[in-house]
Amino acid sequence: MSDDPASSGIAGRRAGVPDMLAGGTFITLGLAFALGGRTYGTGSTREMGPGYVPVVLGAILTVLGAVITVRGFRGGDPQFREVEDERGPVPWVRGGMLVAGIVFFGATVEGLGLAPSLLVTTFVAALASRGVGPLKALAISVGLTLLSLGIFVGLLQLRLPLLGDWFVG
Amino acid sequence: MDLSGLALGLETALQPSNILICLLGVTLGTMVGVLPGIGPTATVALLLPITFNFDPVASLIMLAGIYYGAQYGGSTTAILINLPGESSSAVTALDGYQMARQGRAGPALATAALGSFFAGTVATAVVALFAPPLASVALKFGPADYFSLVVLGLVISIALASGSTAKALAMIVLGLLLGTVGQDLFSTGVPRFTFGIRELYQGLDFVSIAVGLFGLAEIIRKLEHRQTQSVVSTKVKGLWLSRDDFRRIRMPVLRGTAIGSALGVLPGGGHILAAFTSYSVEKRVSKHPEKFGRGAIEGVASPESANNAAAQTSFIPLLTLGLPAHPVMALLVGAFIIQGITPGPNVINDEPELFWGLIASFWVGNLLLVLLNLPLISLWVRLISVPSEVLFPAIIAFATIGCFSLGLNPWDVYVIAIIGVLGYFLIRWGCEAVPLLFGFVLAPLLEENLRRALIISRGDLSVFVTRPISAVLLSLALVALVVAVLPAVRRKRDAVFSEDE
Repeated sequence: MSDDPASSGIAGRRAGVPDMLAGGTFITLGLAFALGGRTYGTGSTREMGPGYVPVVLGAILTVLGAVITVRGFRGGDPQFREVEDERGPVPWVRGGMLVAGIVFFGATVEGLGLAPSLLVTTFVAALASRGVGPLKALAISVGLTLLSLGIFVGLLQLRLPLLGDWFVG
Repeated sequence: MDLSGLALGLETALQPSNILICLLGVTLGTMVGVLPGIGPTATVALLLPITFNFDPVASLIMLAGIYYGAQYGGSTTAILINLPGESSSAVTALDGYQMARQGRAGPALATAALGSFFAGTVATAVVALFAPPLASVALKFGPADYFSLVVLGLVISIALASGSTAKALAMIVLGLLLGTVGQDLFSTGVPRFTFGIRELYQGLDFVSIAVGLFGLAEIIRKLEHRQTQSVVSTKVKGLWLSRDDFRRIRMPVLRGTAIGSALGVLPGGGHILAAFTSYSVEKRVSKHPEKFGRGAIEGVASPESANNAAAQTSFIPLLTLGLPAHPVMALLVGAFIIQGITPGPNVINDEPELFWGLIASFWVGNLLLVLLNLPLISLWVRLISVPSEVLFPAIIAFATIGCFSLGLNPWDVYVIAIIGVLGYFLIRWGCEAVPLLFGFVLAPLLEENLRRALIISRGDLSVFVTRPISAVLLSLALVALVVAVLPAVRRKRDAVFSEDE
C-alpha cells in the first residue's frame, strides 16, 4: 500500500514510527486476547465455546497489526505524515496528572466520599493546565466541586455519600 | 405514512413533561456543544449518565434533544471561531467563519438554524415513512442475516473513515474484543478477561469507553499544543436574514435536505459525506463558484441542512435494524440497552409509544432549537470563551461522577483512564476512535448471532452464503471493502474531502 519506497529516506523511516507503534500495540493486544481466549475453551464451530470468538478476533487483530507494522517499516501512512509534523510532544506529565486524578477518584470515592474525592481530582486536573498555579487550581476545584455537587446531588438526586466510610467510621 | 403512529408520537412528545425534558436536553446539549473542542459525540457521551435517571421514553427524548443541541452548538463554534467540533461541521466553518469575519455571523447562525429546522422537518417525515416497512422486512432476518448485516455495517464504517483502512479495521476488531470482556452470557456464564475482578463480570461499561475516548483522550491531545487557541470575540448582531438572503438559501436548503436524507441512511459516517457532497454540489451549480470559501451564504445553508437531515435519517437503520449509522447512534444503542430495550425491528411493535415519541421529538427538538438558539445566541457566545483550565477539569469531573453514578462501580472509573490512555496513543499513531466504538457496541450482537446461526446450521459455515439475505449483505460488505482498499477510489475520496481546504 505504501507508495514508492525509494522516496522515503530517513525522514520516511521516522514517519513510519507511528505505524510501527500502532501495529505493535495491535499485535500485543491481539495475541493477549487470542491466548487468553484459548483458556476459556474454544469448542467447535457447531457449538462455540466462550473462547472461540476472542481467539478468532485476536488472531485477526494480530495479522492486521503485522500488516500495519510492515507498512511502518516501508515508510508509513503517507496521508498521516503531514499531520504528524504539526504535533507537539506527548504531554506525559500533564496527561499523567489527569489520569492520576481519575484513578484517585475511582479509588477513594467510596472511602473518602464524593466531596473530598472530587475536590482532589479537579485540583489535580486544573493543575495540569498550562499556567495554572496552586491557588488558581484551588479556586477552580472548589468551584467545580460545588457545581458538580449541586447538579448531581442537588438536582439529579444521585445517592452518593458526600463523606465516605473512612470519615464516618 | 403511518398517521396514527405519528399522532401517537406527537401526543407523547407534546406531553408537557416531555417537552420540558426535550427543552432541558436541547439546552444542555447546546451548552456543552458550544464549548470549544467538544463535538456532538463527546457532548452526548458526557451527558449520557444524566439521562438515565428518567424512564425510557423520557430519557431517549432527552438524548435526542441533547444531540440536536450539541449539533447546533458545534455549528456555532464552527461559524464563530472556526473550530468545528466534528468533521461534518468542518464544511460549515469554510464559509460560516468567513461570514462571521465580515460581520455577518448573525445571518450565518440564523441560516444554520433555519436550514437545520427545515431539513429536520422533512427528514422526520422520511423516517416516519420508511422506518415501519423496513422494520417489517427486518423481522424476517434470521441470526445468519443479522450477523452479515453487522459485518456490513462495520465494513461501511471503514470505507467512510478517513485514513488507513488497515488501522480502521484493527480499531473495529479491538472494539469487538473489548466487547467480549465480561461473562459469556450466551452459553456458560464463564467470565472472560476479567482477571478475577468481580466488578468486571458485567463487561466494560460503554459510557466509560465513550468518555475515555472522546473525553479524556481528547483532552490529552489538546494538551499537546503549546499555546491555547486564541478565541476571537465576535459580536453577533442583526440575526435576521434579508429578503435577498432568503432567496439565495432557498434552493441550497432544498438540495442539502435531499442529499442529506439519502446519504444519512448509510451506516458509518453518511452525515460527513452528506455535508461534503452537498457543499461541492452547491459550488458546482452556483453561478458564482468563486464566492465559495469567501463567505457565501449558500455554503452554510446547504451543508447545515444536509448534516441535519442525515442526522435524522440515520435513525432509520438504528430503529429498524438496531444498527448505528453514526457515532452518536452507537451511543444511543448503549442507552437503549441500559434502559432494557434492544434496538431493532421489534421496537416499533413492542414500544410504539417510544418509537413514535422519539420520532416526533426529533421534530419538537428541532423546533425548540430554533426558538431557543436564536434569542439566546449571545449567551452561547459567552460560553465559547470558557478557558481550558476550567473546561478540562470540568469534563474530568463530569465524566468520573457520571460513570461512577451508573453502577457505583469504581472499575467504571478506572476503565475511563485505561481506555483514555490507550485511545490517546492509538489516535496519536493515526488511528480513529469511532470505529472502535462501533465495534464495541456491536460486539454482543455479532457474537450472539454468529453462534446462534451456527448452532441452527449445525456448524455449517455455508449458511452465511446460502441464505439469500445474508449472501446479499455479505457481498455488499465485500464490495465496500474492495472499494475502501482500491487506491483509485481512495484518491478520489481524499480529493472530495480536501477539495476546498
